[in-house]
Amino acid sequence: MIDYQEKSEHIKKLYERQSTFDESIAHQMMSSEKLAFATSQWRMMWRKFIRNRIAVVGGIVILLFYLIALFANFIAPYTLQERMTKYSFLAPQRIHFFNEGKFQPFVYGLKGSRDPVTLMRVYVPDPEKRIPVRFFIRGEPYKLIGLIPASTHLFGVEEGIVSLLGTDGQGRDMFSRIIIGSQLSLTIGLVGVALSLIIGAFLGVSSGYFGGWVDNLIQRMIEIIRSFPPIPLWMALTAALPSHWSPLRVYFAITVILSLIGWTWLARQLRGKVLALREEDFIMAAQLAGASNRWIIFRHLIPATFSHIIVISTLAMPAMILAESALSFLGLGLRPPLTSWGVLLQQAQNIQVLLLYPWLMIPGFFVAISILAFNFLGDGLRDAADPYTV
Amino acid sequence: MISYIIKRILGMIPTLIIISIIIFLIVQLPPGDFVTSAQAEIAASGGGMDASAVEAMRVRYGLDQPMLVQYWKWVSGFPRGDFGFSLEWSAPVWDIIAGRLGWTFLLSGLALVFMWIVSIPIGIYSARHKYSLGDNVFSFLGFLGLSIPDFMLSLIWLVFATMVLGISASGLYSPQMFDAPWSLVKFFDLLNHLWPPVVIMGIVGTAELIRIMRGNLLDILNQQYVTTARSKGLEEKVVVKKYAVRMAINPLISVLGMQIPKMISSSIIVGLVLSFPTVGPIFLRALITQDMYLAGAILLLMTVMLLIGNLLADIALAWVDPRIRYE
Repeated sequence: MIDYQEKSEHIKKLYERQSTFDESIAHQMMSSEKLAFATSQWRMMWRKFIRNRIAVVGGIVILLFYLIALFANFIAPYTLQERMTKYSFLAPQRIHFFNEGKFQPFVYGLKGSRDPVTLMRVYVPDPEKRIPVRFFIRGEPYKLIGLIPASTHLFGVEEGIVSLLGTDGQGRDMFSRIIIGSQLSLTIGLVGVALSLIIGAFLGVSSGYFGGWVDNLIQRMIEIIRSFPPIPLWMALTAALPSHWSPLRVYFAITVILSLIGWTWLARQLRGKVLALREEDFIMAAQLAGASNRWIIFRHLIPATFSHIIVISTLAMPAMILAESALSFLGLGLRPPLTSWGVLLQQAQNIQVLLLYPWLMIPGFFVAISILAFNFLGDGLRDAADPYTV
Repeated sequence: MISYIIKRILGMIPTLIIISIIIFLIVQLPPGDFVTSAQAEIAASGGGMDASAVEAMRVRYGLDQPMLVQYWKWVSGFPRGDFGFSLEWSAPVWDIIAGRLGWTFLLSGLALVFMWIVSIPIGIYSARHKYSLGDNVFSFLGFLGLSIPDFMLSLIWLVFATMVLGISASGLYSPQMFDAPWSLVKFFDLLNHLWPPVVIMGIVGTAELIRIMRGNLLDILNQQYVTTARSKGLEEKVVVKKYAVRMAINPLISVLGMQIPKMISSSIIVGLVLSFPTVGPIFLRALITQDMYLAGAILLLMTVMLLIGNLLADIALAWVDPRIRYE
């Protein structure tokens, strides 16, 4: 056994020396044009990806979303729980950018009154009163990225209210809540996919590589899990979470529940890929060189399927975001005070309320945009992952 | 063929047993048993149950016995059509869900039909006019359909129908039709309430099917036998219809099987938002009140529905594509 390990160590060193040598020779021998043919696979993928405009746009939107989520507390003018009870169910306000020809954003002050017929509270903008929107204004204290205490907000007003997307029944600013809620909505997908990846990559690759009874067992397991309709199963599992659990625990429990089904898809895809790779010469070479199964799986198979893993996990994100928002919308997912887009949408469940205050539906558009962007990105990555076909 | 079908049905039995065990465990997950939670609810609303009544219920449902006995009491009723008793509704589970299962089934079936009718022609068009304006528009719309959650579409439709069109959009009938006797007007009213959930449920699948149809057809149009057909001088219409589409449709049948779980999931959510009498609203309520027999039976029946759907899709595929081997 030790002998084998020593040998494989030795072969590894030889291989490393050889590869650096090959590269330097290649560079010496090739003219710059020919060098293009020696570009790495990753480089080719990148080139192919960058040509796909719509996928790049999707990628940029996602990057932006995550950046906003990271600095959400700074960008949002109000904190999650800040209530302006004077302004409940306020419709989205219009921001005027130019004040007498000069760039000076402002909103009109509001006069509250009651509709004489329906007795509903209505707010009328008061053109006399112009409230300037100030940048880098001091407001409620918060923790930037959850660590650094700060109280400067990107924008805000000194009096009255600035509410880009309206307020809810308790006078909480929807824009702030959506921006801060994106933190949970977007990370639940990331954590869920990461968990599915860990289970799925391991079981999928083992299933394809070992074959036989291991393959059989894992495949039967996947079949059983897949024979459940996903949403009802998720609903039943999340409904079983004890109500006294802390919000954070519920959050992680939900990511685990989501990945309980999520991994099967990933494992299936990877298994197929590995079944094809298993027959390749480089695996045979590694086996002959005395590499252990673990070495082959972790050093050869998983890296070889890496581009596919990226594609698959990007394409798995929309399903996770969708599932979380659907479950939270039904009241079975995250619970207040945790705030995600799905939780915000719970208010839209009541049709009468929704008809009176349609802006409560806005969080749903954020769900749709993020899913759309992930779909575009994933689609582009899928094409790019196979750079040898045009 | 028949032996293949029998084999498939027999193969479903162990799956069903494992599934019923898993479902039993899931509905057992919440702490306490449902008699306790029912008692708490009754106590909260003022009344109370005396200890002997509670004890009698425990014995009736075998709650004081080991899990295995409880499981057996639960599962042995199924073949006889006894799905347990809902405490919340004080009625046998089957009586509560039978009609709702019908609606769920109808909606899912219609949504599947809708998907096919819409996606196949569009898929053929997109493949034949690759990268044309129409193709790009359809693929963008497809992405859009793929990305808007079904509950969101239902909400948008509700708001749009009520605020812009001024018609009632939720439930089976308009309010003024609730008690009306059956007539043509009432039937049309029903149809008017039926198509939006069908379309909403079908949209996600349609987007997927268009993509698959387009991709398949593109692959097949590049194959040599199609070139041969063309070089024989066959009309393009015949080449596409009789040679290419016939082949490209086969994979769609197995995709159909994969769409069924989504249809079932979607029927629950759309049913909830549009207050349509699918099993969705009852299922959610049963989960929240821990009405264990009801929730478990619904989950099990939906899973059985899915298994049967997959079986039918497999049989259809074997029937349409003679190259499938039955072993």
